[in-house]
Amino acid sequence: MTVITEPEARAYEPVVGVEIHVQLKTRTKMFCGCALSFGDEPNTHTCPVCLGHPGTLPVTNAEAVHFALMIAMAFDCEIAPRSIFHRKNYFYPDLPKGYQISQYDIPLARNGRLGDVRIHRVHMEEDAAKLIHTGSSGRIHGAETSVVDFNRGGTPLVEIVTEPDLRSPHEAAEFGRLLQATLRRMGVSDVNMEEGSLRVDANVSIRPAGTATLGTKAELKNMNSFRFLERGIAAEIARQERIVHEGGEVEQETLHYDPQSGSLTSLRSKEEAHDYRYFPEPDLVPVAPTEEMLKRARDALPELPAARAERLERDLELPAETARVLAFRSELGDFFESAVAASGNGEVRTLANWTMNELAARIGDSDPAGTALEPAALAELVAMVESKQVSASAAKEVLDVLVAEGGDPAAVVEAKGLGRAESGELEEVVDRAIADNPDAVEKIRAGKAQAIGAIVGAVMRETKGRADGGEVQRMISERLGV
Amino acid sequence: MSDELLNLTAGQQAAKIEAGELSAGEVFEFWRGRAAADDLGAYLWVADEVPEDPGSLPPIAVKDLFCVRGVPSQAGSRILEGYRPPYTATSVEKLQNAGVRVLGKTNQDEFAMGSSNENSGFGPVQNPWDRTRVPGGSSGGSAAAVAAGTAPWAIGTDTGGSIRQPASLSGIVGLKPTYGAVSRYGMIAFASSLDQCGPLTRDVTDAAILLSHLQGRDPCDSTSIGIPGGVSLPTAERLDGLRFGVWGMREPGLEPGVAEQVNATLAKIEELGGGVEEIELPNAKYGIPAYYVIAPAEASANLARYDGVRYGPRTGNGDLTALYEQTRHDGFGEEVRRRIMIGTYALSSGYYEAYYGTAQKVRTKIAQDLSAAFEQVDFVVSPTSATVAFKLGERTQDPLAMYLSDYYTVPMPLAGIPAISIPCGLSEGLPVGFQIAGPAFSEARILDAAHALEKSIGFEGVPVSVDRRDADRRSQDEGPEAPLG
Repeated sequence: MTVITEPEARAYEPVVGVEIHVQLKTRTKMFCGCALSFGDEPNTHTCPVCLGHPGTLPVTNAEAVHFALMIAMAFDCEIAPRSIFHRKNYFYPDLPKGYQISQYDIPLARNGRLGDVRIHRVHMEEDAAKLIHTGSSGRIHGAETSVVDFNRGGTPLVEIVTEPDLRSPHEAAEFGRLLQATLRRMGVSDVNMEEGSLRVDANVSIRPAGTATLGTKAELKNMNSFRFLERGIAAEIARQERIVHEGGEVEQETLHYDPQSGSLTSLRSKEEAHDYRYFPEPDLVPVAPTEEMLKRARDALPELPAARAERLERDLELPAETARVLAFRSELGDFFESAVAASGNGEVRTLANWTMNELAARIGDSDPAGTALEPAALAELVAMVESKQVSASAAKEVLDVLVAEGGDPAAVVEAKGLGRAESGELEEVVDRAIADNPDAVEKIRAGKAQAIGAIVGAVMRETKGRADGGEVQRMISERLGV
Repeated sequence: MSDELLNLTAGQQAAKIEAGELSAGEVFEFWRGRAAADDLGAYLWVADEVPEDPGSLPPIAVKDLFCVRGVPSQAGSRILEGYRPPYTATSVEKLQNAGVRVLGKTNQDEFAMGSSNENSGFGPVQNPWDRTRVPGGSSGGSAAAVAAGTAPWAIGTDTGGSIRQPASLSGIVGLKPTYGAVSRYGMIAFASSLDQCGPLTRDVTDAAILLSHLQGRDPCDSTSIGIPGGVSLPTAERLDGLRFGVWGMREPGLEPGVAEQVNATLAKIEELGGGVEEIELPNAKYGIPAYYVIAPAEASANLARYDGVRYGPRTGNGDLTALYEQTRHDGFGEEVRRRIMIGTYALSSGYYEAYYGTAQKVRTKIAQDLSAAFEQVDFVVSPTSATVAFKLGERTQDPLAMYLSDYYTVPMPLAGIPAISIPCGLSEGLPVGFQIAGPAFSEARILDAAHALEKSIGFEGVPVSVDRRDADRRSQDEGPEAPLG
């Protein structure tokens, strides 16, 4: 048996494509009038249509088509003049009709791009219901009983399939984040991975580096965070490298990645793959977008995160990473841009940093527009810091108040007595601090410059943070003649 | 009152109700009594009382597969035994809104799969002309009820001939509208691209009255369009200048007695001023094979929902597969199981193009044949069925012979066009049907032509005033199983 050495094994490159299911945030389901819901009492948002009662017929939700068209346009896809629905047939208790209505050989849109990744297709379909299994396994086999909640059944989904353009687990996760930010910005989905409104599958294969062939792929199902997506793909690449390394061949199969154990388990092999017996859905007419529908979708498209990041970087001269964070968290970006507009000619970089760091730290993932803080107040506060009317640490205290209660920064500074210490007052405090810290003074004179921190600290304590650290340091050095 | 009502068409009864000569409640009660006394196996359920508001038109017998809220709607299948839908079919609702109340639910071939009503999960239906014979199918109960005078009128569904063929074999009028003329919402589906609701009536005018209420676009059925211009009552008495293209008269299976009556009808067309010429539908002979691929394929998906999970009986213990297999094995009859197998096979990977793909191409060819014919003639006419009503049990062991019962009726649903069957005479004492087909949405013209011919033919129909209990009892021993409900 030949032993293949490490360097040779490393000469493989991963090839990854993703399939993303997005639950659309329409008011009603894909093919009936039931309201969408999450976490409601089971089976309270159902009707004869979404329960698959005999004789019922689906009717396509026009708003779902509108959202799907927006998505297709956001990716610059070619939109099919007439796309059709198919029936995808298989038996499962979460599929009340015994088939899923989906698009097959003529999807809504094809050949688009998001960032550096080509989009293969965008199509519409309906979500399955939710199965809940009791017993230890948590899966249908071996469960004591299984119950079905049909609330989710029939939720509109858009499936987005990329070309295999991703070359690393990190790239896949980054693409996922861009996609998530883009869809969120468009307002077409909650894109919440934990709640399942954004679900990512990855097709993973490896090939000798530098070749253009595609290896046999394995499909990783349903990873519910980008971190797990990244880890899952990494684990699968490692598994495939190991197989090839040992002289074996990768088999086509569908795998489940368990983020807890880091293990991959096979759900089904190629032989067990379903024959879905697709055929055109005779109950529905083709989706043929009219000029009005296309215009409405086009007009509804906001500036998307990638374009916004580029603009913030170019026009406001923000560092790339700052621009990206503000563009990807669009509510933060909106707040920032409102603050910029209110600030006149303020220092936008500082404002960006305050938005991205201080404000974000105080509000978590929520929308800053939902707090008491006004964009103009943030701009004013940052301007006060810039002009040294207030120290950075005092300003943080002011921000706490503004986020919780709102109001005018100057008034808060005034009320809390956080205004910058006057230089006469500060001189006294500095002198006292030098007198109180003879050890530190001695060390500084002996050349240990960092000992100055103790004296600065004492001054800051005394002034309750109202003094500017740099100014204090300068005054101490001057007095000690170092 | 009984003789009087039995001798009136539904439209005539309606006129008397409107004129105040009859009360709608009395009319309902009369028909309710008739339906409850049915001994042909035509009914699976009969209303047990006169509704609070008895409406303004005579009540209607509704094929079992129409969903009616709270009323057993089982599509003739044991797999839906006891199923009472939470909603009402649009077609039935439209009739209700027009003042027509539901008299009862009629027997049918299970999921409309059959041409003799012998595939019902609740027993066969006897032909009121001869109780040893079938009434045709799949709307056999609706046809038998109207023919036997246990319903003033009825609705059924036609997928490959399921309205026209039983109308023909039972000596009544049956109309299959253009695909999309009537909403399919609430019709338990057999083959979605073919199924269409239509009337089974004593005369052409009754068919027009029902169609005028049934047709219309329905927001719950995206494939529904309605009939542009609506439907008015037929008045024509002449056929001057109209051209009738006759086909299928040389088929070896065509009974001479049937051919004789059809030829006599063609002669009447000429007497009324119409022209008759022979036409070719070169691909019509492929209609049956194409139909028996497309319809089962769609049915295999349409019937997947009967899995025992949400409604209907459930059998099978243990795991999920056993639940599915046992429930579906126990619930579906043999013919339904056969068609699910055929349809599943035809859609399978590797066979799809050869079967389903080819069948769709044939479908297009047949539609093209018919469009070409309509450039030449106004109507395409033929026998509705090659034979008169056949004996119960005669074709049950030979599915292919049974499938050929639809030879003359299958091309129209494949092309989506309307066609009517009207009784045109008797052969060996049994009714013969004459079929008139026209281009899409030509219902008004078809009804007019049928109306003129009907007057000229003067078909008498089964002597419905005879009390059925004293009628021919030849088949007593082969009587149907007790209908449910």
